[in-house]
Amino acid sequence: MLRRRFPEWFVLLLPAIIVIAAVVLIPLIFSLYSSFTPYKLTRPSTLWTWVGTYNYEKILTDAKFWAAFGRTVLFLTIVLNLELVLGLGIALLMNKVTWGQRTLRTILMFPMMFSPILVGFQFKFIFNDNIGLVNNALQSMGFNVALPWLVDGKLAMFSIIFAEVWMSTSVFAILILAGLFAMPRDPLEAAKVDGCTPWQSFRHITLPFLMPFIFIAMTIRSLDVARAYDIVQIMTGGGPARRTELLWTLMSRTGYVDARMGLANAMGYVSILLSIVFTIYFFHKLSAARAQIGMGG
Amino acid sequence: MTEVNLSKVVKFYGKHRAVHGIDLAIHDGEFVVLVGPSGCGKSTTLRMIAGLEDISDGEVSIGGRVVNDLPPRERNISMVFQNYALYPHMTVRENLGFSLKVAKKEETEIEKAVDEAAGILGLDELMERKPAELSGGQRQRVAMGRAIVRHPDVFLFDEPLSNLDAKLRTQMRVEIKKLHQKVGNTIIYVTHDQVEAMTLADRIVLMQDGYIVQVGTPLELFNAPVNTFVASFIGSPPMNLIDGTVSGTDTIKLAGGLDVPVPAAARGQVTDGQKVQFGFRADNLMPEGHAVQEEGEKANLELTVTLTEPLGTETVLFTDIAGTEVQAKMLNPRPVRPGEVLKFRLMLDKCHVFDANTTEAIRG
Repeated sequence: MLRRRFPEWFVLLLPAIIVIAAVVLIPLIFSLYSSFTPYKLTRPSTLWTWVGTYNYEKILTDAKFWAAFGRTVLFLTIVLNLELVLGLGIALLMNKVTWGQRTLRTILMFPMMFSPILVGFQFKFIFNDNIGLVNNALQSMGFNVALPWLVDGKLAMFSIIFAEVWMSTSVFAILILAGLFAMPRDPLEAAKVDGCTPWQSFRHITLPFLMPFIFIAMTIRSLDVARAYDIVQIMTGGGPARRTELLWTLMSRTGYVDARMGLANAMGYVSILLSIVFTIYFFHKLSAARAQIGMGG
Repeated sequence: MTEVNLSKVVKFYGKHRAVHGIDLAIHDGEFVVLVGPSGCGKSTTLRMIAGLEDISDGEVSIGGRVVNDLPPRERNISMVFQNYALYPHMTVRENLGFSLKVAKKEETEIEKAVDEAAGILGLDELMERKPAELSGGQRQRVAMGRAIVRHPDVFLFDEPLSNLDAKLRTQMRVEIKKLHQKVGNTIIYVTHDQVEAMTLADRIVLMQDGYIVQVGTPLELFNAPVNTFVASFIGSPPMNLIDGTVSGTDTIKLAGGLDVPVPAAARGQVTDGQKVQFGFRADNLMPEGHAVQEEGEKANLELTVTLTEPLGTETVLFTDIAGTEVQAKMLNPRPVRPGEVLKFRLMLDKCHVFDANTTEAIRG
């Protein structure tokens, strides 16, 4: 009997192909397929009903989805900008520290070492309206108030943003600090001699040099924040009354609580667009900034 | 009028004293070169004048105004750095115009000043390029252009040529000298290269270990070094120095048993038994028959050549006097083999005597 022989390259690549297929390709194809079915986890047979683009049409007209989508974009914008401004400030201050900077840098990383779930619990306690630290502190200082931090829609959003910023500002700080370390000193001295005030030096010399580092941090963080889930789920669960519902809390609710996996997968594919758009945008900015300071495209 | 005055200027880095209270007066329009081996405090001194380093003690004034506490931008100086220090994200044009832009000058005025500087330095073709697209020499010219655009009172150069190759360095040296003749400003220039110092300076300030050793014109330092450090630092090859002892009042016994008369300039200044170093330059020890000057007192020596360095117009001959390696110069050279014994003439009136203990020159 003739045995078919596969070409060598194929045999050599086979283990990789199998692994990638098993962990990436098949789940991807499966989820894409299921987004065209009314697949419910509680009724597996629904997987075989083809409904075409029904789920997608439903999403496009779903006010709840778009509210979550818009809220995620808003959340992303506020968090990234806050983290940038704070991270830049911290990095600039850290750069001035001459003694114990290593220790400070390590301490700076602490918030990143916590599990987001724990950070969520921590802030859930801190912002609790009865026993929380914040309200207690306010009352001890003589303000006779009990602010509903996690109950009022706007305050809840603020609290989540606060927790997120607390946890991840150091990503910006560390990356920008790396940029400051890599920065040549000469142009700054030349700028001083050329008549720059400290602000002008920062604006015209330091900042352009830091832009590539800022955009790298932005890209990383935009992917992170776009899939924000843990902190929100723990602190508010998307509530009150969906006022802090983000894409991923909505998706997990749809997929696992309501068991409507087909619809949830369709949401996933739509919201991935958001990440792709942000990533392309920041990469574009990144290569422009790199070219600007002569680091090549 | 832009004089620069340093009065008892001191620089401490922590407890380390880098500059030991130096005094220096630089005249308007003068080209002064601070030279010395690395770590002698020359760059630190320049950076204190620029305002990039704090002045620990003493006083620096520019144009009669004490500038100790003024930031660099208020000193009306400009500086050319060793690593060019161009702004990498700006084109040549933007680099040149940057100082005027931050000073909020009119567009048209900036353009005029930039074009003028570009004309002086021949940068017209490069105006839209970024520093990364320029060669070393071009970058250095841009750095100089950036300095002259502002019409500062004083130019400061911090080892501007040390990153260039030898040929380009010679070329840029000429350009810097031409620039000085064209703009006529006061220039303070730091280098560790004595050739640069000799060729560029109106006056050289030779520094060592945070002190000024000697200040003078290039020829003063060359012809009348105050101590053995100056003698061996200035001039190439360095001055030959041989240990010896004064015997009587007019003879020096060199270490290997050779006797030479005390040079005229030092006669009457030495005492019997004094330990000295006898110094002379390679130019003053020449083989017979090779354009040796006729006038002046001479000593005749027969020496064995150990090594030769032909340079074209001259050959440097390495030989040995009293166990010390010395260098001699042969003009209109002919081929010489190592081991050859030649008759040399030592021009005694060009010789120097230094005290062996203090290293200071003994001169009338």
